[in-house]
Amino acid sequence: MDAMDAIKATYFQECDELLASLEEGLLALEAGEGDSDTINAVFRAVHSVKGGAGAFGFEPMVEFAHVFETALDAMRSGKLDPDPDVLKLMLRASDVLADHVQAAKGEGVVDAARAQAMAEELEALTAPEAAQRRKRKVRPSADAPASDEWGFTVQKFDFGDPAPAAGGWMLTMRPTAAAYAKGHDALLFLRELSRLGELTTRLDASALPELGALNPEESYLAWTVELPSEVEEAAIRDVFDFVGDDCPIELTRAEADPAAEAPAPAVDIEALLASVQDAPPEPGAPGADEKPAAAEKSAAKNASPASGATIRVDLERVDRLIDLVGELVINQAMLAQRVAESELARSSTVAMGLDELEQLTREIQDSVMAIRAQPVKSVFQRMPRLVREAASATGKQVRLVMEGEGTEVDKTVIERLSDPITHMLRNAIDHGLESTGERIATGKPEEGTVRLAALHRSGRIVIEVSDDGKGINRPKVREIAVNKGLIAADAALTDDEIDNLIFLPGFSTATTVSNLSGRGVGMDVVRRSIQALGGRISISSAPGKGSTFTLSLPLTLAVLDGMVISAGDQTLVAPLTAIVETLRPKPDEVRPLGPRGAVLAVRGSHVPLIDVGVALGMREQPIDPCEGVVLLVESEGGGRSALVADEIQGQRQVVIKSLEANYQRVDGVAAATILGDGRVALILDVEAVVEKRLNERQAPLAKAS
Amino acid sequence: MTKTILTVDDSRMMREMLLMVLQGAGFNVVQAEDGVEGLEALERTTPDVIITDINMPRMDGYGVIEGVRRDPRHRATPILVLSTESSAEKKQRAREAGATGWIVKPFQADTLLDVVRRVSA
Repeated sequence: MDAMDAIKATYFQECDELLASLEEGLLALEAGEGDSDTINAVFRAVHSVKGGAGAFGFEPMVEFAHVFETALDAMRSGKLDPDPDVLKLMLRASDVLADHVQAAKGEGVVDAARAQAMAEELEALTAPEAAQRRKRKVRPSADAPASDEWGFTVQKFDFGDPAPAAGGWMLTMRPTAAAYAKGHDALLFLRELSRLGELTTRLDASALPELGALNPEESYLAWTVELPSEVEEAAIRDVFDFVGDDCPIELTRAEADPAAEAPAPAVDIEALLASVQDAPPEPGAPGADEKPAAAEKSAAKNASPASGATIRVDLERVDRLIDLVGELVINQAMLAQRVAESELARSSTVAMGLDELEQLTREIQDSVMAIRAQPVKSVFQRMPRLVREAASATGKQVRLVMEGEGTEVDKTVIERLSDPITHMLRNAIDHGLESTGERIATGKPEEGTVRLAALHRSGRIVIEVSDDGKGINRPKVREIAVNKGLIAADAALTDDEIDNLIFLPGFSTATTVSNLSGRGVGMDVVRRSIQALGGRISISSAPGKGSTFTLSLPLTLAVLDGMVISAGDQTLVAPLTAIVETLRPKPDEVRPLGPRGAVLAVRGSHVPLIDVGVALGMREQPIDPCEGVVLLVESEGGGRSALVADEIQGQRQVVIKSLEANYQRVDGVAAATILGDGRVALILDVEAVVEKRLNERQAPLAKAS
Repeated sequence: MTKTILTVDDSRMMREMLLMVLQGAGFNVVQAEDGVEGLEALERTTPDVIITDINMPRMDGYGVIEGVRRDPRHRATPILVLSTESSAEKKQRAREAGATGWIVKPFQADTLLDVVRRVSA
């Protein structure tokens, strides 16, 4: 059933949002920032998850959510104090609820024993009431057909049997003004009763005053209804169950001739219904005739549903729009170039109009990119659970502090942030923080703090993961690096360079491999995945005080500010973010190193020269750096390098076209783009070019050690 | 004539489900995401029946019921409460506020339609 599947998909989507707000609320309460609104929101989250679970028949989830909800309800009504222990338990309960949701999606299994234990812990919170509650709670989901305890049960009755006239039911109903005021209607009671069996109805209009004294808001009428004897008493009472005291009834078994007791002449039900519908204002039921007219009006107005401040749009449509805007940018650039070549005056209307077009194109592009931007919250909100689990796996006490969850970044970037952040957080807890015993011994608070922050800095998003642990153990890192042949035994490295050794492939500082950080996946993998996104990662550390990993990424993967350069007959684009400075070396600054290599002296230090054309296999021999230009680039871990190109053509924003999607992955090339003159240019993967060159340089060292 | 039903529920899933069931049965449906929106919707539309959730942000279902009953244009409109809650106290509170009926979530489509038809003359 398609519609049902769609609703289910909506439900799961909603569940993710509800679970996130549940966790957020509980964390806020734990931090002492919550108020009664927070408690209400937390309650509502669980309540809504349960409601949907019931609708789709996810019974185990309903049961668990119910227990959870009961505990939250106690908190809401002030019977349960939201102290830290209670909140910690509830946070764990929210994890179990999340497991239930995953299981319902078919994406995991619930640890039944854990869920049961959790349910019992939650029940214990409201212990004094627990027994009573358990008895009372036949859950609503379990009794779906009887889901109308206010008397809305549909009674199925056989209308075929002719009802015996005598010994039937005598029912008197006197709807009060209050009943009408609450949307009830005597007509509807009669219609409902008529479903139970054949009716004989008498109207008692004896209380009806003179027309002049009649208050249209008052109720004056009563009815006496005779029902067949085989109709069950409960079925009759059910009709009036929801109206309650607002429509008092008397129900008795008729013993004698009903006509003799009748207070008024008998009225045929059909005639009565007709009279109610056709008559001028029925005094007792104002609603009965006002409504049709009003409803007509509403139909005419055809009121539209309340519109929210957001709309949901298929991602494909947005991507299509982004693609088109990319084409627009390219076309605009081409047009600008043509105009420039046509020798039209800068002040001509064409040139000026084109300037405006360029401005507008930029603005459209920014606006379109903003559509895809989302707060990093969606990734951040998964982290508290991860930290809790990592903390319990390592037996450490950890407090997670998150900042800048509202920082926005392109959706594709967000999706790929999750793994690196996960890894860095685990790493911080596993390797960064000391054990509780160690912390106490060094006079630190027992509870370690891990901070996860997001911020915008110069057109990039920066993610920082820091801990207040022991910091990088530099002598040990150095020792390992030497042992593994990553550096020479006598290499002179700065503290920063030593810290960054942990990003080298195959480096692992943990003496015991815990099952938390896992085997085989080191920081080098994190670095590589960040680099694949055009990002950088670095670490700074202070012994005894902790470490900070800083990860910076472009805000979007769709456009890039680049420097257009030529190498051989090719035009290339180097990402501007990678370039520190450009320079034209003098002959005395270039020093040969080895048979093919050379270094460049830059303000007292030496950086390796890398010929871009050679690196990409476009020519065999490097050009003389003094004839060309040098781009000084900075890479993570590898320090600075000098890329040699023939010349610089200019600086511009380019639209990134995936090479992998259109051709195949090429080492040293990140992507391609189309320039203003219509030529295709390759975008350099600076990290890859430099890394390749460094590996060539390091290989002999590794052998030597 | 097509009858209009106002549904007030903060759950998108519930709103979609109500929409599917009610539209499928030929009703015109106006949706609101919470109590405040529900009462705002009454400025623009005159529903034949209002179906409201109880637990909602900003304004809960009791607030909706009281608001409707105070509004001269809508005070006689039947209001059905649709909630996972089923305690007698809560029902009594809704009844006192002026609710016409109470349906427990999760609901069966047939039951819901039956009740809606029952209260809409």
